[in-house]
Amino acid sequence: MNSDSKRLTAWLTTQEPTSATHAAFQNVWHVWSRFASNPLGIAGLVIILVLVFVAIFVPWLAPYSPFEQNLRETLLAPNAQHLFGTDELGRDILSRILWGSRITLSIVLIVSVIVAPIGLIVGCLAGYFGGWLDTILMRVTELFLSFPSLILALAFVAALGPSLNNAIIAIALTQWPPIARLARAESLSLRGRDHISAVRLMGASSLRIVLGHIAPLCIPSVIVRITLNMAGIILTAAGLGFLGLGAQPPSPEWGAMVSTGRRFMLDSWWVGTMPGLSILVVSLAFNLVGDALRDALDPRQE
Amino acid sequence: MVNQVETVARTPRRRSGLRKYRRFGGSLLSVLTTLFLLVLLTFVIGRLMPVDPVIAVVGPDADRATYLKVKQELGLDLPVLQQFWIFFKNLLHGDFGTTLLTGRPVMEDIARVLPATVELATVTIILGAGIGIPLGVYAAVNRGRFADHAVRLIALLGHSTPIFWIGMVGLMLFYAKLGWVGGSGRIDLFYEDIVPNVTGFLLIDALLAWDTDVFWSAVSHIILPASVLAYASIAYISRITRSFMLEQLSQEYVITARAKGVPRNSVIWHHAFKNIRVQLVTVVALSYGGMLEGAVLIETVFGWPGFGQYLTNALVIGDMNVVVACTLIIGCVFIALNVISDLLYKFFDPRIQ
Repeated sequence: MNSDSKRLTAWLTTQEPTSATHAAFQNVWHVWSRFASNPLGIAGLVIILVLVFVAIFVPWLAPYSPFEQNLRETLLAPNAQHLFGTDELGRDILSRILWGSRITLSIVLIVSVIVAPIGLIVGCLAGYFGGWLDTILMRVTELFLSFPSLILALAFVAALGPSLNNAIIAIALTQWPPIARLARAESLSLRGRDHISAVRLMGASSLRIVLGHIAPLCIPSVIVRITLNMAGIILTAAGLGFLGLGAQPPSPEWGAMVSTGRRFMLDSWWVGTMPGLSILVVSLAFNLVGDALRDALDPRQE
Repeated sequence: MVNQVETVARTPRRRSGLRKYRRFGGSLLSVLTTLFLLVLLTFVIGRLMPVDPVIAVVGPDADRATYLKVKQELGLDLPVLQQFWIFFKNLLHGDFGTTLLTGRPVMEDIARVLPATVELATVTIILGAGIGIPLGVYAAVNRGRFADHAVRLIALLGHSTPIFWIGMVGLMLFYAKLGWVGGSGRIDLFYEDIVPNVTGFLLIDALLAWDTDVFWSAVSHIILPASVLAYASIAYISRITRSFMLEQLSQEYVITARAKGVPRNSVIWHHAFKNIRVQLVTVVALSYGGMLEGAVLIETVFGWPGFGQYLTNALVIGDMNVVVACTLIIGCVFIALNVISDLLYKFFDPRIQ
């Protein structure tokens, strides 16, 4: 076993990679070892992994149903049966928070999946072709960037009507511009490279060059950028939920739960405090990971 | 080939005295295009509604004649381009239409609620910059030590905290439990409408009338929402100040100054800090604008009768004229702040030329 792991380390750290895949693995290993040296980043990663675990296995983990009302046990303070207490309809707050992890995670995932291709394509097209296309696309991007993301999302949701799906669409609409700008910068520096010129000389069409040769090279930095944005996505979604424009009751969305808790805050502090604390912990975890990732990828820092 | 042609075309022509003006004209044009796109975007947002706006006004049971009449009154029977033109023309006259609920002009409403928000944002930015900048400098000077990590953690926490939640917890703790601060609104009910409304800023009005009771009541109400908002901006300002300062502290002139025996504090504040002032003004200006975003959530929590609460109420009932107007104003504020910070750079930093 030990010699196996030694061989693996040697393979990952050798000065002469034998293939492109080998080099890619080395690269990942290198970033990972720098990431792993940051205890805060690891802490964040552990929290996120726990969140994913909870979201997957919540039907077996949650002690109660998130929707089942028990009007004889309303607004109970935290106790042995209900660790986080109960809300105004006697629902167990801990169970609702655990179920809410699914909503939070799916918002983050869906927004990322929508946003990455849009930003990538807009940015690569603008960067590769330049000229008037670049001017138009970047003007639009800058317009979206100049807005605080919550305000724009609010306006879209107000127009589309409040619901979880519309909140996701609205957040996605506000999240693609930073990615487009990043992808544009990357493709600007890529388009003059020799291997791109070689493909062009071989007669590849522009579309083929952009989609097949430039966009894939932009993907790693786009992924990092999205990771950095995830905490922002969570907070925006929670803000929408808090204002009643995101997920609708009785759905156990954390922001909406804080909003409910506000009505009872003078007598029953736990109703709003607990879900808010979960938002804080999860978005802090994403921030810690993003921060550590940025340091790991940018060796100039130390 | 393509690249070569471009390099030639982009090489600045020498001996062109008009270059500066041309560049100014170019940036003016780009600001105007952005503004136009902003108007277009808000127009689209205003028309996105899945519900028929006419039905929203007349109700689902109205007969066809009323329906058509209202549709005509709202100008919705015209072609879209013409609707946009009317929308645009009204904007130029400062006319944002009327609110759904009261029928008052939106512009009047906004003028009435804006001072409350500006007052909150101003107190906030004084707190935010006053604490954030020294924290950032302190972290940069003690780079890698405990203080640096502590400031970093504070900043990360500030970026991760849902602002509406910390506002609520603050109210529970400092108002309900400890009674240190005032609760909802700008002032205790008892003191309302005592001092004449001169500037719209309650703190200044109270001072003008020299009514200390009103003044302290207003202070006790503003201090908590302002601190909560400031907490978020301290996170942002301290972090950026730190990175600006680190950049300066690694420059050779700092080493020279230290080698010459200039005292440490003097190097930090008189040499390094002086060089980041312009950048900091930009950061502070942008985060002042960012208050508009925080205000939407914080004003809802604190019942603060300002711009944010006005917008939130409109959002909940789907009053699109108000939503469009507020979005437009926030967009304009941000574009203006960006332009101003660009100009500041050009004006104060000769290296940009």
